[in-house]
Amino acid sequence: MNRKAFLNLAMGAGAAGFMGSMFYPVLRFLLPAEQTEAEPDILKVGSVADFADGFSKILKFGRSPVIVIRDLKGGFHALNATCTHLDCIVQYKKDEDLILCACHNGKYDLSGKNISGPPPRPLERYEVKVQGTDVLVFRKPA
Amino acid sequence: MRGSLAAAYAWLDERFDLGALVEFARHKRVPVHRGSVFYYAGGVTAFLFLLQVGTGILLLMYYRVGTDASYESVRYITTKVPFGWLMRSVHSWGANLMVLFVLLHMLSVLFMKAYRKPRELTWLTGCALLGLSMAFGFSGYLLPWNELAYFATKVGTDIVGQVPLVGHWLLRLVRGGDEVTGATLSRFFGLHVAILPALLTSLMGVHLLFVQTQGMAGADRAKKTMAFFPNFLLRDAIFWLVVLNAVCALAVFFPWELGKKADALASAPTGIKPEWYFLSQYQFLKVLPGRIGPVAGELVGIAVIGAAGLVFALVPFWERLVPEGRRDRAVELFGWVSLAVLGAMTAWGYLS
Ligand code: FES
Repeated sequence: MNRKAFLNLAMGAGAAGFMGSMFYPVLRFLLPAEQTEAEPDILKVGSVADFADGFSKILKFGRSPVIVIRDLKGGFHALNATCTHLDCIVQYKKDEDLILCACHNGKYDLSGKNISGPPPRPLERYEVKVQGTDVLVFRKPA
Repeated sequence: MRGSLAAAYAWLDERFDLGALVEFARHKRVPVHRGSVFYYAGGVTAFLFLLQVGTGILLLMYYRVGTDASYESVRYITTKVPFGWLMRSVHSWGANLMVLFVLLHMLSVLFMKAYRKPRELTWLTGCALLGLSMAFGFSGYLLPWNELAYFATKVGTDIVGQVPLVGHWLLRLVRGGDEVTGATLSRFFGLHVAILPALLTSLMGVHLLFVQTQGMAGADRAKKTMAFFPNFLLRDAIFWLVVLNAVCALAVFFPWELGKKADALASAPTGIKPEWYFLSQYQFLKVLPGRIGPVAGELVGIAVIGAAGLVFALVPFWERLVPEGRRDRAVELFGWVSLAVLGAMTAWGYLS
């Protein structure tokens, strides 16, 4: 290696190091810290008396929202309320007895299965138990 | 009066050689023909940008950022601040019209084939300016922190998250976390009032510099031309006044709604739709099935939209592959087909 090539290399390496040490902190500054918030396994969603047939409610369950539905026949369902398409929050359509995402008209049945529209995957299901008068949701899938 | 003006001019001219600038401005000619009216679209866009800067600065005097402040401050602006409703509505309508005029300007450049050598870079900077205008619209849309904006941002940023490999990383960068929260609002605010204005202003400077140094396409071949300065510029000014009046009329008769405050635990409302300039893309994503073969439908959709944008931006380069005799026809066909597809998708999205 001649002197010129060596100097170019040294300059290049210096410039790269300089750029790296400038941009790395900026990039790390912009990237938010990973959340380490604990995800609870059980959520108390209310008392049975709050849930008339055809009633639904959205609550925060750890980091994601959960939709708890009492269908028209009195059965309970709890599902992750975040649409698997592009992240909107779903709703229970009483008249059609299904779950609708209004953003792009995605539909799911009450077991969370994607039945029409763009959603690519079913909604995650949770287990619902009625203990005494309390309605509880468990993270363990049913 | 005249004398002192002339004296001031002479004083400056002695120091900065203004004569050269005036001489330069005088040389620019604008072709006169049937489609000349479209030449005003670029100037109107620039004017609307200035209007956005002005009303934006005014709104900044009252706007506060935060999940417990943004919605409330915009409500305060529209209900309590004298003429606050006007400033906000003008800002919202101005934004919409600005995107409209950018599109008009681009389409006219496309159909006049003004992007051809040596103006490829002017075209590319123009495409980037369209992207920036849309980013402005998207980031500003969230700032009132209302329900529609919240879901639009959830969907829009989730699309960013679909990018292969770096998607999740990008999503966190844009949202300031995994979800759309106050952190997202702060980031969008910073983007909207600091980063994008700086980018757009500098890029617009470059774009205008290109236009000034190269002159207008076809000016040397045109049968009839007019001087840019002052003849064309004065006509430009008339258009600006007309547009200003139109924006004010829209703001007065169709004031921008504020809607309901965003709530992370509320379902997306039925009938939710994005702004018209995102409607065609939205409709496309809506009609795609969940899976297309082995890949998620939305991924295909996003790839197709991205590719279409790229094809549009690269017109000056791919058109050379078409034999000379058919080139004009090919580009015009491309323009009309794009327009028809976009128009039809937008109408469909609007009606469905
Ligand atoms: S986000 Fe639910 S259907 Fe698109």
